[in-house]
Amino acid sequence: MALLEVRELETVFALNGRHVHAVDHVSFAIEAGRVLGLVGESGCGKSMTALSLMRLVPSPGRVAGGRVLLDGRDLLALPEREMRSVRGAGLAMIFQEPMTALNPVFTVGSQIAEALRLHRRMGRSEAWERATALLDEVGIPEAARRAHDYPHQLSGGMRQRVMIAIAISCEPRVLIADEPTTALDVTIQAEILELLRALRERHGMALLLITHDLGVVAEQADEVAIMYAGRIVEQAPVTALFDRPLHPYTQALLRSMPGVTGRRARLEAVPGTVPDLLHLPSGCAFRDRCPLAVEECAARVPPLEEKAAQHRAACIRV
Amino acid sequence: MSTEPLVEARGLRKYFPIRSGLFGRAKAWVRAVEDVSLAIQPGETLGLVGESGCGKSTLGRLLLRLIEPSEGDVLFEGRSLLGLAPRELRALRRHMQIVFQDPYGSLNPRMRVKTIVGEGLVVHGIGTRRDRLDRVRELLGLVGLTPEAEERYPHEFSGGQRQRIGIARALAVGARFIVADEPVSALDVSIQAQILNLLQDLRQRLGLTMLFVSHDLRIIEHVSDHVAVMYLGRIVESGTREQIYTGARHPYTRALLAAVPIPDPRNRAERTERRAMLTGDLPSPIDPPSGCAFHPRCPYAEDACRRVVPPLTAGRGGHAVACHVFPAEE
Repeated sequence: MALLEVRELETVFALNGRHVHAVDHVSFAIEAGRVLGLVGESGCGKSMTALSLMRLVPSPGRVAGGRVLLDGRDLLALPEREMRSVRGAGLAMIFQEPMTALNPVFTVGSQIAEALRLHRRMGRSEAWERATALLDEVGIPEAARRAHDYPHQLSGGMRQRVMIAIAISCEPRVLIADEPTTALDVTIQAEILELLRALRERHGMALLLITHDLGVVAEQADEVAIMYAGRIVEQAPVTALFDRPLHPYTQALLRSMPGVTGRRARLEAVPGTVPDLLHLPSGCAFRDRCPLAVEECAARVPPLEEKAAQHRAACIRV
Repeated sequence: MSTEPLVEARGLRKYFPIRSGLFGRAKAWVRAVEDVSLAIQPGETLGLVGESGCGKSTLGRLLLRLIEPSEGDVLFEGRSLLGLAPRELRALRRHMQIVFQDPYGSLNPRMRVKTIVGEGLVVHGIGTRRDRLDRVRELLGLVGLTPEAEERYPHEFSGGQRQRIGIARALAVGARFIVADEPVSALDVSIQAQILNLLQDLRQRLGLTMLFVSHDLRIIEHVSDHVAVMYLGRIVESGTREQIYTGARHPYTRALLAAVPIPDPRNRAERTERRAMLTGDLPSPIDPPSGCAFHPRCPYAEDACRRVVPPLTAGRGGHAVACHVFPAEE
């Protein structure tokens, strides 16, 4: 059995008296030590999927169905008290903008120590010692001294390292990284991705890597799931996905990136705009932007089906 | 290459003061742009690439004299922008415009699209009311928006459409030189390509000259004829697109190129191995390192790099490098 298995996850938001599916029957699994890249554009539901796993969906949203099995235990069925201990030791999460997730009035060392004292019942000095060891592990130079720094004294890359230190402090089984390098410069991004790789190998964590950047996914992921308008539209091992993308949306995304297939005079743009969940077309949500769309695409939502070995796509045209 | 450049910067510097208190004296200076000279030929796109805080946006604004340089000069068709009287400068502004990164913050939310796009025409006193409306419609068509857009407000548009409005505004008064400051960075991947294609089309149709500022090396490669790489206020390498992307010399340029994630999962282990990982953060432009500003992060740094600022020196084919260890090839 996979370490983390998500089945038919549904998260809905009540908006203007209507229910909107931010996460619509999403299923995937991650083995220990592996990386699943969850890819999509803004509003596709990738971050909401992560928050649903953590049971941290903001109101007026709620998880409306499905199962989130961590080692076979359904997290959605746990009482909140037990869920609190799962956050940290079971699943931990890092965000795009570490500044908003860190408390500006406490030193970074004390914020890590606080997590350790709460979750792992450590004493004050033991927790501080462990906190500086963690800062050292995530590559912060002179960790013992920097532990006394406040978040604003650190650069963006260093703050993301602190967030990672907090996230791994309780030795989670699964790390969820939501656009962990999007706010960072490209040379710093490379350092942070390398750090995540090293930590994953050392601790055998599974990584759910949420990103809009297909380059980052190609470099890091073992498996890839592409999301569009709340649904997974394609899912495959990373090499298969980049060698033979099946879904027209995945193909369009790859073709619209500069520098992917050599330099061309023109990029192949995807027409239209990123979908608004309140105004989705019937049937396949991508059909109004899709070059292959036929009348039948409007009839019903295409199911995610196996089209090749371990390669699934939600499209009736492939 | 013997033609006169449309835009030229000579020894530009921009220092911003850091003050303490309301009327405090400057405590320190942020050296945003440090001795930059460059030239852009008519019809050409110069890609300016660098990481956050390297001064690339400040340089873009200096070229339009939207901010005043601390030192140096900018020439437009050989005329010094700094020597112009305010009236002359205003007249010249017709020819030089900017497209901003943020398609949300850069359009006045209380104005209709026709007012936003037509504002420059009013300011420069171009045409009658009727002419101006015709011109706005023509511009909206040019950037791929429908005529109904003119009566609507910015919030009614998606990010990509707003960026089209910003481009229409920049073109309204007949700009020949456009500074595009991270024009697609705030957009989704599938929308970026639409705007990049639009800029390419307009460039060809209207013969625009462009400074394209971006942190994204893939986009810079796609749009540029020439490329300049900035680090901590200085241009550290410049050349044709091919010179930079296939023959980069400066260790910083090479590290930047190696750090770009490639959307191809094969051979990624090898690639990681080859990637000369930089360590450390970008230094502060308030207190830049001595000598070559890149030396604390550079794996090849020698003694001279810590003491002497390497000058940007052009070698074969105009490929210029500012490095003691890897100078431009003769």
